[in-house]
Amino acid sequence: MELQVEKPKSNLFKIYEIISTMASRPSGLIGLTILLFHVVLAVTSPLYAPHDFKAIDPSLMLLPPSSEYWFGTDSLGRDVFTRTILGGRTALTVTFFGSIIALLWGGALGIFCGLVGGRIDDVVMRIIDAFLSIPWILAMLLIVSLLGTSTIVLIPALGFFYGKGIVRVARAATHDVIAKDFIVSARARGHGNLSIIWNEILPNVRDAIMVEGAMRWSWMLLGFSSLSFLGFGVSPPTPDWGLMISNARGLMSFAYWAVLAPIVGLSSLIIGINLTADAFAKALGIDRSTKAPV
Amino acid sequence: MIFLIFKRILLGLITLFIVSLITFAGVEVLPGDACTTYLEREAYGAALEACYQRLGLNVPAYERYLSWAYGVIQGDFGYSLSGEMKINDVLGPRVKNSMVLASASILIGIPIALLLGIITALWRDKFPDIVISTITIFSMTIPEFISATLLILIVAIWLEWLPGIVIVPTGASISELLPNIILPVIAISMIMTAHMARMVRSSVIQVMSSDYVQMAILKGVPYWKMVFKHVLPNALLPAINVVALTIAWLLGGVVVTEVVFNYPGLGRLVIESISNRDLPVVQALAIILASIYVGINLLADLMTLMLNPRLKSLQIKK
Amino acid sequence: MENAVQQINNLSIGFTSKKGEQISILKNITTNIKKGETVGIVGESGSGKSTLALAMMGYVKQGLYTISGECLFHSNDLLRMKDKDLEDIRGRKIAMIPQNAGQSLTPNLKIGYQIDEALKLHTDLKIQDRNKKISELLNKVRLPSPEIMAQRYPHELSGGQQQRVAVAMALAGNPELLLLDEPTTGLDVTTQAHVLELLNFIAKDTGTSMVYVSHDLGAIAQVSDRVIVMYSGQIVLDGPVRRILKNPIHPYTSGLLKSIPKLTLPGLPKSMSGSQPQPGTITKGCSFYDRCELAEMNCSNNSPELEYVKNLNTSVRCFKHKELHEKIDKDENLVTSIENTILDKEMLGLSKVSISYAKKKFIDQLLNKESDDNPTVKDINLNISKGETLALVGESGSGKSTILKSIAGLLKAKEGNIKYENNKILPNELKLRDPNSLRAIQLIFQNPDESLNPNHTVEQIVSQPLKLYFGLQGEKLKDEIIKVLKKVRLGEFYLTRYPRQLSGGEKQRVAVARAFAAKPDVILCDEVTSALDVSVQAAVLNLLQELKKDFGTTYIFVSHDLAVVRAISDRVAVLYQGRLCEIGPSKNVYNFPSHPYTEVLLGAVLEPDPDIKPKLVAEDIVEEKPPEKGCSFQGRCPRKVGEICNSEVPPWQIGENGNAIRCHINIDELRNLQK
Repeated sequence: MELQVEKPKSNLFKIYEIISTMASRPSGLIGLTILLFHVVLAVTSPLYAPHDFKAIDPSLMLLPPSSEYWFGTDSLGRDVFTRTILGGRTALTVTFFGSIIALLWGGALGIFCGLVGGRIDDVVMRIIDAFLSIPWILAMLLIVSLLGTSTIVLIPALGFFYGKGIVRVARAATHDVIAKDFIVSARARGHGNLSIIWNEILPNVRDAIMVEGAMRWSWMLLGFSSLSFLGFGVSPPTPDWGLMISNARGLMSFAYWAVLAPIVGLSSLIIGINLTADAFAKALGIDRSTKAPV
Repeated sequence: MIFLIFKRILLGLITLFIVSLITFAGVEVLPGDACTTYLEREAYGAALEACYQRLGLNVPAYERYLSWAYGVIQGDFGYSLSGEMKINDVLGPRVKNSMVLASASILIGIPIALLLGIITALWRDKFPDIVISTITIFSMTIPEFISATLLILIVAIWLEWLPGIVIVPTGASISELLPNIILPVIAISMIMTAHMARMVRSSVIQVMSSDYVQMAILKGVPYWKMVFKHVLPNALLPAINVVALTIAWLLGGVVVTEVVFNYPGLGRLVIESISNRDLPVVQALAIILASIYVGINLLADLMTLMLNPRLKSLQIKK
Repeated sequence: MENAVQQINNLSIGFTSKKGEQISILKNITTNIKKGETVGIVGESGSGKSTLALAMMGYVKQGLYTISGECLFHSNDLLRMKDKDLEDIRGRKIAMIPQNAGQSLTPNLKIGYQIDEALKLHTDLKIQDRNKKISELLNKVRLPSPEIMAQRYPHELSGGQQQRVAVAMALAGNPELLLLDEPTTGLDVTTQAHVLELLNFIAKDTGTSMVYVSHDLGAIAQVSDRVIVMYSGQIVLDGPVRRILKNPIHPYTSGLLKSIPKLTLPGLPKSMSGSQPQPGTITKGCSFYDRCELAEMNCSNNSPELEYVKNLNTSVRCFKHKELHEKIDKDENLVTSIENTILDKEMLGLSKVSISYAKKKFIDQLLNKESDDNPTVKDINLNISKGETLALVGESGSGKSTILKSIAGLLKAKEGNIKYENNKILPNELKLRDPNSLRAIQLIFQNPDESLNPNHTVEQIVSQPLKLYFGLQGEKLKDEIIKVLKKVRLGEFYLTRYPRQLSGGEKQRVAVARAFAAKPDVILCDEVTSALDVSVQAAVLNLLQELKKDFGTTYIFVSHDLAVVRAISDRVAVLYQGRLCEIGPSKNVYNFPSHPYTEVLLGAVLEPDPDIKPKLVAEDIVEEKPPEKGCSFQGRCPRKVGEICNSEVPPWQIGENGNAIRCHINIDELRNLQK
């Protein structure tokens, strides 16, 4: 049989391959483009923001879009365009690092429980179930109202809270793998648990956990902006889409622009992340659509 | 079979027990306590003592947990801090209002989701699938507060078809509520319906590619008969559990949506009690919402047990 | 043709690859099925035989499409027919019996309903008549108490029963043509023989034409009048069964037949090199060119046409078929017999080993009750000498793999002990064993797809034991890996490959290399050839035998395939329901089977020869659990003597040939009974 001999690939090349597979579908390409746009915007927007995001000027209240104020002004006379292009920075940073934390601890605990099994696994899964049964909004509000809304608090809090779902996924993936003969073989050879996790399990569950982490990112963004919207997230006057929507909502009938601009910003970011995560899952050959959003 | 049901119920109760521990412990580890937080600057001397006395904070934590848990089991959540009212009286009507909203969303969402899921699966990669799947991706990603806000802007403000804000008292009857919940129900059910439709779709696709469906085709079973007899019963059974998880997730969305529409349910209460640090109310809310979650999942488990022939025959053998 | 039921003309079916190329799965198939004829289609995995069978029903799997040609059923082209019209033919005129009946019966519908559905669609019977007909059909496929059966769900039946239900369902429409896609694969040896016998009976009884698709030449030999051999999507040989199986005039078929171990011809068969090409990789020349011993220049450039040889009534796709026909009977040295140097030193000893899978039940835990006094494997005594190959044979549920796992330390023995080299007792838990005894015992698994980590390269896979046991690193490690791979005939360029880039045989070689890298004393082989194609199986068996010669390794070889065991083992132990029945030198156990179960098992073996018929001695009942007391084989024994079999565990008896059996009947008397 003629086999195509593949040369060993560097990790960089693998990443390139995955991204090009993702971009080969229209939905993946759109997702990646939107995400890239938002990331670039978040990094560079302070350089070219046309106005001061916190300058209050009652004389400029609720101006409709014009050549000076592209997206108009809000109820305090602040430039909506400036605030919109700056409004994703906190959300993007907090949720990105939050999902990495979620991925790490959720993945680690999930693999551990899946491998060890028995009593420890039972107890941990009961506790995870209990946390899952408390609605996210209630738990998040409680954490934030007790510990404050600084980034230092929000990142680990969101990371912890959204990581519990990853525990389940990582555990299930581990369960699928450990029944396979190559794990049995490693056990029979006498490899220790750590070596089995690192060499045999991790390479096989890594994809599933990463895909789950990517999905969590979009849900975390949803949770984070809901918090902001309810007034429990970023504190004013820092520009944030959730907060902007909340503030401008009351005067929507006079100044729809103040509410539409952040809506477009936030929605496009969430859709972008979601499409990217979906394409990522497909590129790695993982079907996520049967899973519930917990 | 009976043993299995018993086991599921027991597991549900254990989960609730752990939830009660978590919420109780969460409140305990806070800096300060309910009284100092609540009384703020007046937290000294006789006022503080009186508050401690009233809330029973001067006994050890485990005793407080036990007496609180004892009350909860009997359906008594104690007193709230702010209004000095019985929590039961505060919660009762709001729980009812929220349930009306949630049930309406579920009742509308599930049939639509089933229909969309089945259509997209049967016409996989064809025109109806591409259109519906694109729409579901959008509607499952956009947060409830955005869809709610947009609905108000478009339907209430621009088109002026429906009122944007719900103006009914907390104690309103169901018939008074119903006309007001159209927009909130749409906002809530959008995400849930989209998620469920996707799950149903992939479950149906999976069954369609099974050996027994191929066999049914080769047996000469007409297409629609095959879909209804051989595909759907097997595809929808595993979907029940996943749908239950989605419904439970929806409770969070209900809270946010209620705030947007000013609906007199649990939503505003959650925000208020957390802002005021009215911890007894927060604890009560956590237990109630967790019970709903556990209850729905238990129901789904039991339904699966009842409908699955594999488990049914277990019963015959025993 | 006048009396052809089905006529296939120049049929090609394929798919479009990701790169946009059209790749054929079936290439220019032309053949026909005559009325009342049973045609066997044989081929290895990937030969396109299932695709062809489905095409005969006008069904093309998703992703595939018809490139050219037609499939005529009474001169109507099934592949271009409307779905509506196909519904009338499928199940009524042409019916299918699927490979895995367990997965092909809809799980939520009762057996009775599923048969009734076929009756409703394809007959005009009224409801009462239909109910009668259901019982009749279930009776015909010899299922006990049809009325009760009809009320059952598919998962409540055993594999053999599910297969019979599938047969009954196919017969419901009284079809003219019956297609069988590997209908006995996955069934136990004895069940398989019974199902085949039933199919033969039905063919005679109803006069239906049958197409029997299988990779198993043994099964094909039992049922077919005519055999079609497929290779790489093409028909390479088509003719009467005896002609094909006794004097094949195509090099692939003759190689295939030579590589099958046979009971009548003990010893290791000759192996075929290489493996079947992937679809789309052969662009010119004969698709068998790479593996053919007779190949010459012409074969690599031109691809041969299917040619009808009139005097043999056979069609063949080979330039050199005449040469092959003349040469055929001169071929000697078909097998090499194994000669193992067995030292008088005990390598492993199992004494009174019992193993239980049952976990304590929740209620028993509450009541603190011992729940299992009937372990899965009970009272196993075995001694294996250095350099020996001991085989464990038995059907599914016989506990043969369970015993292997407990030797490896993966399953805790409940009672008894396992001794290793000079009476050193091995702890029954893995973590208590010392590194040296872990190294000394290595496992090779059934399916290399599962036993090789898909995310590791061959280098990483083979390096695991070397790093673990010998602490090798860097250059030394790499040199050793290359050395080990060379021993299993894999070149250095395999180092960077992943398992998915290897063929089945190559994967199993890597697994063998990994086991030998540990320099073990004992290798436990768990059905190591079952997942491989026949032509590859012999190569792996030969490799194992050579390595044994070089290293003096001791093998414990578990298999359900009695012919393979015959070929490779010195001694054989026969197990039923986790209890030993018979043990002795392979030659004697096979030539003079004494225990009734050994007799039943050997009788059911299918040889690739239409003139050797299996003997069906016992009923093929499936037992879920071993009986609590008495002889393990009491439920199915054709020679049961009476109450004593149910109440007392039979004693060991040693016959004059050195066979030891556990039976209440005297061993000499058993020999006489069997004559």
